[in-house]
This record gives sequence, structure tokens and C-alpha cells, in this order.
Amino acid sequence: MRPFTYERAASADEAVKAAAATPGARFIAGGTNLLDLMKLDIERPQHLIDVARLPLGAIEPAGGGLRIGGMATNSQVAADPQVRRRYPVLAQAILSGGSPQLRNKASVAGNLLQRTRCAYFYDTSKPCNKRAPGSGCGALEGLNRNAAILGQSHACIATHPSDMAVALVALEAEVETLTPSGEARRFPLAELHRLPGETPHVETHLIPGELITAVVLPPPPAGGQAYRKARDRASYAGGLASVAVAGARLALGMVAHKPWRATQVEQALAAGATPAEAIGEELKDAATAGRNDFKVTLTARLAMAALAQAEGDAA
Amino acid sequence: MSSVRDWEASNPIKEGRQGVFGKPVDRYEGPLKVTGAAPYAYEVEPPSPAAYGVMIGAEIACGRIVAADIAEAQAQPGVRLVWTHANAPAQAPKGTRKHPRSTSPSRPALEDNRVAYFGQPVAFVVADTLEQAVGASHLVRLSYAEEPQNSDFHASLAEAVDPPGEEDVEIGDFDAGLAASAVKLDETWTTPIQNHVQMEPCATTAWWDGETCVVHTSVQMVKPAQHGLAETLGIDRDAVRLLTRYIGGGFGGKGQTYDDLTLAALAARELRQPVKVAFTRRQMMHGTIHRPATVQRVRLGADRDGRLNAMSIVTWTHCHRDGQFTEHASNFARSLYAAPNRLTGHRLVKLDLPGAGPMRAPGEASGTLSLECAMDELAEQLGLDPIELRIRNEPEADPETGKPFSMRQLVRCMTEGAQQFGWDRRNPKPGQVRDGRWLVGLGMAAAIRGNFLLPAKCSFSVDVDGIVTVRQGMTDIGTGTYTVLAQIAAETLGVPLEKVRVEIGDSELPPAPGSGGQFGAATAGSAALDAGMNLRKALAELAVNDPASPLHGAAVEAVAFHDGLIAVENRSETLVDLVRRSAPQGLAAEGEIRPAADARNWSQHTYGAHFCEVGVDPVTGETRVRRMLGVFAAGRIVNAKTARSQLTGGMIWGVASAIHEGNAVDARYGSLINQDLAQYMVTVQADLGELDAVMLDEVDDKANPLGIKGVGELGNSGAGAAVANAIYNACGVRVRDYPITPDKLLPGLIRAGF
Repeated sequence: MRPFTYERAASADEAVKAAAATPGARFIAGGTNLLDLMKLDIERPQHLIDVARLPLGAIEPAGGGLRIGGMATNSQVAADPQVRRRYPVLAQAILSGGSPQLRNKASVAGNLLQRTRCAYFYDTSKPCNKRAPGSGCGALEGLNRNAAILGQSHACIATHPSDMAVALVALEAEVETLTPSGEARRFPLAELHRLPGETPHVETHLIPGELITAVVLPPPPAGGQAYRKARDRASYAGGLASVAVAGARLALGMVAHKPWRATQVEQALAAGATPAEAIGEELKDAATAGRNDFKVTLTARLAMAALAQAEGDAA
Repeated sequence: MSSVRDWEASNPIKEGRQGVFGKPVDRYEGPLKVTGAAPYAYEVEPPSPAAYGVMIGAEIACGRIVAADIAEAQAQPGVRLVWTHANAPAQAPKGTRKHPRSTSPSRPALEDNRVAYFGQPVAFVVADTLEQAVGASHLVRLSYAEEPQNSDFHASLAEAVDPPGEEDVEIGDFDAGLAASAVKLDETWTTPIQNHVQMEPCATTAWWDGETCVVHTSVQMVKPAQHGLAETLGIDRDAVRLLTRYIGGGFGGKGQTYDDLTLAALAARELRQPVKVAFTRRQMMHGTIHRPATVQRVRLGADRDGRLNAMSIVTWTHCHRDGQFTEHASNFARSLYAAPNRLTGHRLVKLDLPGAGPMRAPGEASGTLSLECAMDELAEQLGLDPIELRIRNEPEADPETGKPFSMRQLVRCMTEGAQQFGWDRRNPKPGQVRDGRWLVGLGMAAAIRGNFLLPAKCSFSVDVDGIVTVRQGMTDIGTGTYTVLAQIAAETLGVPLEKVRVEIGDSELPPAPGSGGQFGAATAGSAALDAGMNLRKALAELAVNDPASPLHGAAVEAVAFHDGLIAVENRSETLVDLVRRSAPQGLAAEGEIRPAADARNWSQHTYGAHFCEVGVDPVTGETRVRRMLGVFAAGRIVNAKTARSQLTGGMIWGVASAIHEGNAVDARYGSLINQDLAQYMVTVQADLGELDAVMLDEVDDKANPLGIKGVGELGNSGAGAAVANAIYNACGVRVRDYPITPDKLLPGLIRAGF
């Protein structure tokens, strides 16, 4: 990796101040994604601000729901009794991602900001608009078996790999942040990530140097919950597709540049459509790149299975 | 010349009086490895602080380097040197063999400006720290003139030719035999490129001790590595001391050396300082060899009773444009089933991909994925149980050569396995069994792998403390070599295991061929037995000729060794007493093994049968292995624990080949797509339920004096086919394009109405 400087932030305020003051600065928490990318010369921060030890790890009741500190580890969240009892879809999603070692290290905030697993993003000898804006998309006509089927652009067909974020979107979570000027913000998690458009290297609506301090869950919706993920092996494998169901809400994972709230499914179901019809409604806009054609079918089947499972969970 | 008849005589291993042979003895070096105290090549502490080298791989598949700008990299703090072809030290041209008996020619690094494959090391940076070297490596700017490349195997099948010096083997008249058959099968299977992905990458720590180049490197074969480096550096072979004490996996990928070795040695000479160089995980994917992809056409013709009348497997595969390697995926079929009309052969395509080479069970691992599924398909066509079909085609002698089998217990492997596994619970009609959301199916396949014996030497010594030391230029790639040599020593000299030391992995030790082709234990162990027998004889002579020994005057042949004693009937003394009194400097003996001249008169293989139960999720096409059992016949088992580990490890690899593992080529770039262990899928614990390997009692006296055979590759042979057959039984979908991933299974599941 390239030389960088490092500081351990004493407080969240100091962390965002330092980020605003230092060009090329990045926050680091668990480092499970950032350090890999630095070693591969994909991320090249000049300065790291370590926020892992900030007192932002609490998981506590808030407004009938739950506030999960941004520095809580994925393992802590998945094991939390409140989460397991009231938000099982979240625990299931987290436990289906990464490996125990990664989940022990990875933070909630970092999980949301992890970067795509697209092979062309990872290979610095290949074109990638996300890694090197303007260089092109190697995946578009390449080995795109796991590429996006919804919301992609000609500039990028990468997917967001998080399992946790899919469940959080279905749970209508919000994120709390601290802006570089020290201001606290709160907005729906569904508005955190962007679609690729012409600027796939800009992945979120965060202001540069803005720190995610917490994720806030509203009270769980009425009805069952379920998370289903299809993957190439049983552990330590990114998904081919995933579906989170929380009551009447449904989100899709690994099919788009962001966790995909399936509002058309929800509306169709509310209007009395069968699950198959409802999912068809969402996927009628799906576009594939050749090798990932199967993902449309897979997503539909997985969604129907997840809906049935959630129904069973509710009963 | 020796004869297999010489091996029929009894010996201490066959007698087993010490009771350690065949037992599940713990690994000799296990505590060192699990506590992190076993220094792998990169971790060896050199005599003075090391500098760190980092290689840079080419970013094109074919062409030339037209400019190399190293100035900025050189100017970085801590950087000690930056090399490209333009300024690398002179080395012997590639392929030089100055010494006529060198077992490997020179392999110069950074030889010229030609790029022959993606990822080829083309530049090298050494700095005081690894981080400095990596940082500077990003600042080396290379400009390439790309030339057209072809890395598209499947689009190039029409260009395939017979491998050099090979032609198809036809017995009888295959076409006529097939035409005359009542039941026929003609299907094609494909397997992808596989990378070895050893836990430990290729790595070297090198320094110079005067005129001697000392290298610790991770390699399966000591002598070729030593000779190759000496030829490359243009120095005497004795001026290279090569050590490889602990190796974190080889699988064939470390059967040769790579530029880490050459560059570490060159840089250590240039800087007069130790240098460490390791491949990164990504560099391992392109920079070392891989198992090439195959296309396999299998044709079977049988009568209505299931007797094969015609059998053919023809394999298309690829190797590098400058290479020679052929994945002989058809060869195993020549000895497996009886059929009067047979056709086997290979077609080779030269591509601009990195080098193809051997990987665990080369040939069998790929080939059984087709033929053993074809047998399953044929059994279904005939309405026969797959085991019964195989039994009906069991040959009495090798079906191609007519030679007798030295030992063949394939049928017993199948029938005992069937009983232990509960094969009778298999519903021959696929897609019938449910367990919750899973469709459940059973499958089986046969396993076969050749057995080999190579020349080797070994030395034994005993000191005044009664410590027996085995010394051999052998390697342990995680297989258990240390342990089995210790067992042989303990059994032969009649001492407890705690009294045995094993020194291997050093070019100064008596040469052995190393680890590969599952010949390691038999080859190294047979030489060890001979050395042990010679030491016994020397000790016995010492005792019977020593008036101070209670054994004085006894016949040498009457002397026995057990429990640390040397004895004749009821007269005995301890080895320690004898050595202290009569050989205070200790006593040593040499031994060796050579293949028997008449060993080729027998068809000699190891055999097995795999049984597998899978669950297939009909919604997603995901497969999980619920149970797997392998039953194997592989001669006398030296160590029930390390052998089982070898066999189950091979079986897991088979699972991976069936449903997980493979690397795809982006033919636009001539590069592989999966470059780390997150993307390159190997089977993980969560994919497997119960897994067991059972070894039948067997002694193969035609194999070697120990009656043992190899198990390192056998477990991999056929395992994947058992999984694929179980998938079919679970859901009624045949996928002949490996690995059988959800995307490939899904269309069939949908067609089948799931």
C-alpha cells in the first residue's frame, strides 16, 4: 500500500473536523474492506482517521425502536437480544454475510459503506469507471455473472454487496450522521446510496468527511420477517441475490448499485396481486448483461420463497 | 536389478512389533504448526535483517515492454533496487543446463522485454520494509506494445492437435463396437481452470554465505529447485543450499520454482543482505501454474445387460504457447472398466494463458468428472444400479495391457461403501425425496489413481542418547511426511516415537524425489526402511562382536530390536548402552530404494468408491453436501490419521470441483477473473455435513517393500462425480458444465417443474 498518516480520533466531533481539514482523509473502523482495497492500490487515502474506538457502539432502545451505534460490530448487532427478537430479518441478514472473523471486526457504518465486489473494480489492470472514472466498464461486456439487473447504467453494472443494508432498508431504518461542520443529520437509509448513473465512483449522498454515527430502527412492522440469500457456497460468499421481507415491505440485495427497496412489489401486493405477479411488476424493468440473465429468475423465486417464509414467521 | 520378489520378505514394518505403524499417530510437526513456531520459507530468520522484495506482474497477455520508467520508484525512501529486464543482473539464458545431470535447467527472471502471459513478473522492487517496496512498486511505470493474443479455449477447439509425441490409443474397433451396441451414450463435459490456491504462497528467503547461496523456499522437490537455481545463477550446484522445511500446501503447483526464488537470490547477492520475496495471493493466480480447462467427450456402448462393448473418452485441453503440459484426463479410463473396443486420447490447444501444469490427481480429477457421470447416466438408461453396472464391467486384468493387477479391490470398495453409507435407501427415480426445503439425492462414483515408486536415498543415525535421526532431502507439503518417516524409523529400530528426529527439506541431505504424484510416502519411506535395516545390521554387528555386550557371539540374523532394546532371545541391552559403549560417536547408515525392474509387469493402482448425499434447494439451485463417505484400497496404511486427512482433503476438493471451484478467463485480456479467495470459491466447512474416509485392509507387495501405496491424490479422483450424480438423483437435472452452480442448475429445475 502507499504511505499514509494515521490518527485516532478522540471524539466524533474531532473526527469530522480532522476529515474536513485533511485532504485525502478517510475514516477507518473495522478496516475489513478499506485495508484490502488499500493493499490492492484501489483505495489510496493519504490519511486515516480511526473511529473504531469512539463511543458509538451502543445498541439501545430509541422511540419504540432501536438505535444501533455506527461502531457496533456486525457480530454484536446480530447477537443482540432485541435485534434477534424484534428484528430477526436483520440478524439473519448479518449472519449470512462475510465470515465470523469479518463480522467480529466490521462495523455497522463500515458495512453500509463497503464497496462492490465486481472483479473489474478489484483488478487495477482493467477499466472501471468506479475505480478510475472515465476508464470504461470492464464488466459490461465481460464476465458479468453477478452484475446488477436493476437501476444500472452504461457506466457501471456493479452491485452493492451488503446483506445487512438490505434488511435495514426493508425495516425502513434511518441513518444518523455528523457532517464535516459538526452538524447532526438524520435521513432514511434508503436515501444513503446512489444509483451509478454517470458517476459510479460517487456511491452515497454523504458529504465528503461526513461520519455515520448510528442507524435507527423504527418499531418493527406488523407481520413476519425473513431474509433469503442465494450464493455460490454456504459461507463467506457474496450473494447472487437476496431478499429481505419485513411485514409488508420488501428489499432486494445484490441486484443493484444499492440495496433495492421493492416498492412496486409492495404496492402490487397491497393491491391484491399474487406474489408472483407482484415480483413480476418489479422485475419487468430488469435489464441483464448476458451472463447474469439468471438473476432475474433467481430473484423472483427467492422473493416468493422469502414472502412465504415471512408469512410462516408471522403465523 | 531388484525385483518385486525381493519385497516379499518379512521386515519390521510388516511385523509391526513396535505397534506404531498404521496407527493414527499425531503429526510430528503438529505442535510447531499450530503454535506458529514452524518457520515457513518467508518466516525463516536470516543471519542479518532482511530487505523485502516485491514483484510486479505484466498487465498484458502478449507483447513487449517498450519503456520502463523506474526513476520515481527508485527515489522512494528505503528503496534499495528496482529491476526490470533492462537492468536485471545477467543470468544463464532460459533452458541452460551446464551440468549434464541437472534435474532442472535455468529459469532466469526478467530475462527480456517479452511478455508471454498476463501476470508474468516483469519488474522487481526491493526496499528496507515490505510496505516501502509495495508502495514503490505502484510507481514503476511500464509501457507495453501489445500483440494479438488468444486465450479463448472454447473458441479454439478446432485448432487442437495431438499432444507432442502422442496419439490416440485404440483397442479393437471403437466405431464398429459403438455402432453394434444396443444402448449408447454420447455426451460432452467441460471443466474449468483451477488454481492451486495453497494456503502458503510461493515465497523465498535468501542470503549468501560467502560463495554459497542459501535459500529457504516453498517447493515440493528439492533437487530440481537447487539445480535450477544454480544453473540460473551460473554457479556450482553445491554452491546452492536449498531448504524447504515447512510447506503450506503444494498440490503440484510447487513442483517447480518461480521467480521469487531467482529474484531473492539475485537481490541478496547484489545487496549483500538477506532478501525475502513472496507472491501475493493475486500474483499466485496468474504467476504460477494452473490446472487447465478441459472438454471431454465420452461415448459408451453397452449391451442390454450393461456390459460395455465400446468405451471412449477424448479430452481437449490447453497449455501455454511455449509449454508442453497436457492434462491427461483420458488416461485413467484405460485401466478402469472392461470393454473390448476402446478409444482414448487427447487434443491440445496452445494459448496465451499462464502456464498449465499438474494439480492434485492430474488427469483423474478432471477425467472422472465425465466418465463417472457417464456411467451413472448409462446405468439409468439400462435400469441398473450404478454399482451393479460397474461390477458387470469389472475387468479381470488391465483392459488395455492385459497385465495382471497387482491388487484391485474396487468392487469391495463399492460394496462395503454401499453398506456403510446406506446406498439401498437411494431411490433410483430422481427428484423424489424431500427434507424440508431441500431435495435430497444420493450419488456414487469410482476412484482410481496410479501408484508410483521413484529412486530415493535416506540416512539413519543413532546417537549416545538413543535418538534415531532420519535424514532425507524429502519434503512435507502438509501431507505427513515427517510423521510417517518417524513411524518407519520407530518401527524399524524398535524405539518409541519420542526417540526419533526427522530432518528433511534440505539439499544437503540424501536425495529423494519430493512430494507429488502420490509417490512421496512409498518412495521416501522405502528408502527409509532400507536405511533403517542397514543401521540395524550395523548395530547388530556391533553388539555381537563386542565382548562387553550380552549379545556377544550371537548370530546377526537373530538380533531383534524393540522398545529401545537390542536383543537375542532373553539376552538384551538398551540401544543407549550399546552405542555409548561401542560407538560413542554414534552410528549411521545409508539406504536407498530403486523401482523394481519387473514392477511394470503389473497394472498397479489405488482404488476407491465415493458416496455422497446432497441437498439441492429447488428455489435457488444451491447445493449442499449433507454426507459423504469414501472407501479406499491403497495398500497398507502407514498412518490412519494423516492418510484420512489426505483422503478427506481430496474428497473436499472433489466437492469443490463439482459445485464451487473454477476460474473463468476474460479472453479480451487473457486474464483470469477470480484473483482472491473471496472470489475464487473453494468449499468451506459450512458446505459439508458428515465426511468420512474408510481404508480397507490391504497390502500390495508389488508396490514396494512396505506394501504401501499413495493416498494423496486418490481422494480427489471420482469425488466430484459422486456429488454430480447425487445432484441428479436429488433433482433430476444433469449439468455437464462444471462447476454446477445455481445459475446452471436453475433452468433445469424450472423445466422439471420445481
